Amino acid sequence: MKKMSVLLAATVLASAMASAAWSKTLVYCSEGSPEGFDPGIYTAGTTFDASSRTVYSRLVEFQHGKTEIEPGLAESWTVSDDGTVYTFKLRPGVKFQATEFFTPSRDLNADDVVFSFERQLKADSPWAKYVAGVSYEYAAGMGFPDLIKSVEKVDDLTVKFTLNHPEAPFLADLAMDFASVLSKEYADKLQADGKMEQMNQMPLGTGPYTFVAYQPDAVIRYKANETYFKGKEKIDDLVFAITPDASVRAQKLKAGECHIMPYPNAADIKDLQTDSNLKVLEQPGLNVSYLAYNTLQAPFDKAEVRKALNMAINKQAIVEAVFQGAGQVAKNPIPPTMWSYNDAIKDDAYNPTEAKAMLEKAGVKDLSMKIWAMPVSRPYMLNARRAAELMQADLAKVGVKVDIVTHEWAEYLKLSKDKARDGAAILGWTGDNGDPDNFLDTLLGCEAVGGNNRAQWCNKEFDDLVKKAKKTADVAERTKLYEQAQVVFKKEAPWATIDHSTEFVPMSAKVSGFVQDPVGVHRFDGVDIAE
Amino acid sequence: MLRFLIGRLAILIPTFIGVSLIAFSFIRLLPGDPVMLMSGERVMAPERHAEVMHDLGLDRPVYVQYLDYLSNVVQGDLGASIVTKRPVLQEFGTLFPATLELSLCAILFAIVLGIPAGIFAAVKRGTWFDQSVMGVALVGYSMPIFWWGLLLIVLFSNTLHWTPVSGRIGLMYFFKPVTGFMLIDSLLSGQPGAFKSAASSLILPTIVLGTIPLAVIARQTRSAMLEVLGEDYVRTARSKGLAPLRVVGLHALRNAMIPVVTSIGLQVGVLLGGAILTETIFSWPGIGKWMVDAVFKRDYTVVQGGLLLIAGIIMVVNLIVDLMYGLINPRIRH
Repeated sequence: MKKMSVLLAATVLASAMASAAWSKTLVYCSEGSPEGFDPGIYTAGTTFDASSRTVYSRLVEFQHGKTEIEPGLAESWTVSDDGTVYTFKLRPGVKFQATEFFTPSRDLNADDVVFSFERQLKADSPWAKYVAGVSYEYAAGMGFPDLIKSVEKVDDLTVKFTLNHPEAPFLADLAMDFASVLSKEYADKLQADGKMEQMNQMPLGTGPYTFVAYQPDAVIRYKANETYFKGKEKIDDLVFAITPDASVRAQKLKAGECHIMPYPNAADIKDLQTDSNLKVLEQPGLNVSYLAYNTLQAPFDKAEVRKALNMAINKQAIVEAVFQGAGQVAKNPIPPTMWSYNDAIKDDAYNPTEAKAMLEKAGVKDLSMKIWAMPVSRPYMLNARRAAELMQADLAKVGVKVDIVTHEWAEYLKLSKDKARDGAAILGWTGDNGDPDNFLDTLLGCEAVGGNNRAQWCNKEFDDLVKKAKKTADVAERTKLYEQAQVVFKKEAPWATIDHSTEFVPMSAKVSGFVQDPVGVHRFDGVDIAE
Repeated sequence: MLRFLIGRLAILIPTFIGVSLIAFSFIRLLPGDPVMLMSGERVMAPERHAEVMHDLGLDRPVYVQYLDYLSNVVQGDLGASIVTKRPVLQEFGTLFPATLELSLCAILFAIVLGIPAGIFAAVKRGTWFDQSVMGVALVGYSMPIFWWGLLLIVLFSNTLHWTPVSGRIGLMYFFKPVTGFMLIDSLLSGQPGAFKSAASSLILPTIVLGTIPLAVIARQTRSAMLEVLGEDYVRTARSKGLAPLRVVGLHALRNAMIPVVTSIGLQVGVLLGGAILTETIFSWPGIGKWMVDAVFKRDYTVVQGGLLLIAGIIMVVNLIVDLMYGLINPRIRH
């Protein structure tokens, strides 16, 4: 009998050791702490990487590495002829994650979808302000409260969205992080227990990884969702090691302490590329950086003046100096990876002589202007100050005196959108959903003047084109409209488009299946690591 | 002694009020607000911005906000972070032990190396030992922390593989924190290798954080010792034939320690305020980075609460330092 129990104990121990030995861990050195774990109330990529992309799923998803949509929690959908009613058929048998803090008793159904959206749309929802200062910023920013008339459950597996007007980018919007689907059952329990803030601290969803624990500012732990509807991930344990300094991230990667890292220093990239244990993925980011003239301020209200100034700026030199070559000169307001990018458009040639002549012809003499430079490094513009200095030198050659102005970041954001802003401002944008509307209307539409439209530019021809493109879902037609809009943009030149920066993701050579996301989030579904 | 303590406690109240006033006003003097910053380049509609500011009570007159805040603080409620929505006290409680552990190790490192170095430098004044100790101290004091930290990482972590690059403990160790001190918790967890991992993770950050205090303490000890060694009573003790070790170690040192202890106390206060640079390089989840990030994000409640808590801790440290004077010098007994 004793021999049997010893044998039994040995077997149990051996199998425990075996399963531990087979447990695959992937370590991601993230660049910062998530603000919280509710993807509806935040807008930062760092937060999305840690919440929506790991724990949650959405009705539709972006295809890996693309901005095209594929089915997610919804396996199919129909759109009414007038483009205002979207009916989604949900995938049956999708399970919510079972965690230590909550065990779901039912599969995903229409109630969860309705809840996830109504909480963001209805001011009287108990979740509208479940913690002080909660604001469903992304949903509001995408215009959802005005756009969506109702979200209704048709039956357990069917949800109907009725819009107030047709909106072509709507489907792409539903693939975004804020549109993640939460568990109504979990929400109801938290509400009943008086613990609603827990939704932001201990997330529960249907995504590829289940939240395990968060040590603030240190480590986030996830494990593979056993019941993930697309099949359990090959990685058993996913760990985010929060490493704020980019040089230290590179050191950790080289030391093998993490397997993937985001946002390397431009100066470290070459070193990482030549390391035989590592590989560096790169792709053009879905972003743009620009110098926005204040088109309400003379003499920048004249297109010829703006065009002339554009021709005086050596953009290639800026890309080399500021991005160390990790970017490409921008000629259009949308990046080349985006559909409807009009490649036929010719960029303003760098020609200081001609620029000077054009300025004289426009009656501009001894021009003095300000250029606003951001104080912080952003993915689309690593060093605005340096870029401004280069522009200052370039413009001096054509007789324009430039004063560089800067403010602290919060103040910069606030003051730069003022219609009375004195000077041209450097800023940029990273796309949210891969839809050209997200750049062209959001940044250059008439309604955005005094807001996101830093050029304060309202051009009827351009605005009509982008507004029309919003209303039809026909991609071919939308493409034509956006191409025309880009032609207008080039002619009127409210911006000097500077560059589209390249995004790099260095990782261990043992990692496979990691695909760079155009919108810049970091996804770990489909990732594997060789032992 | 009791009167001394009561007197010190009485000073606490006006000090706290002063700190809270400064914290409250300084963060609001900075342009921008937390709500706007959370949406970044995306411009928030003015109505929504106003709504959220109203929810947070930030549209009320400043003095109303202040009095409201003060009344909450008195009841022990420091509010919640505007960004993470977690209670400030809870965030502080999670992060402070990391800062405390690292600071204690750093100051211990600085004391254990600094005081003997300073003593020997003073005793061997003018010799090569003295010159090199003071030279090293000057270099340590002048070195940029970022550079020093990265240098150590490249050498000891990546080249020699003696220590991990960053973090408080190896990622394979996962246990619920009990005290918040990784050295203690790793022992309590019983997981093999956990304590060793926690200890080795502490080495580089301790050296980096302790370098400047080490330099300061060494120089301070040296000058204090030199001053004391020149005193009449030391000459008397020597001429009486007392052993040099007794002269230096007992008579001279005790009197020299007073300025050194003051200096140590001040260093501890600085360290406990959080070491933003060291914490950033070594991904050390302490209050330094927490506070600096809060200032950048205009997280008012975190800045206010954090400053109050840190001020409180520094006052306690100063109190301990003052009490220690009594131990060192009986004439200063309170």
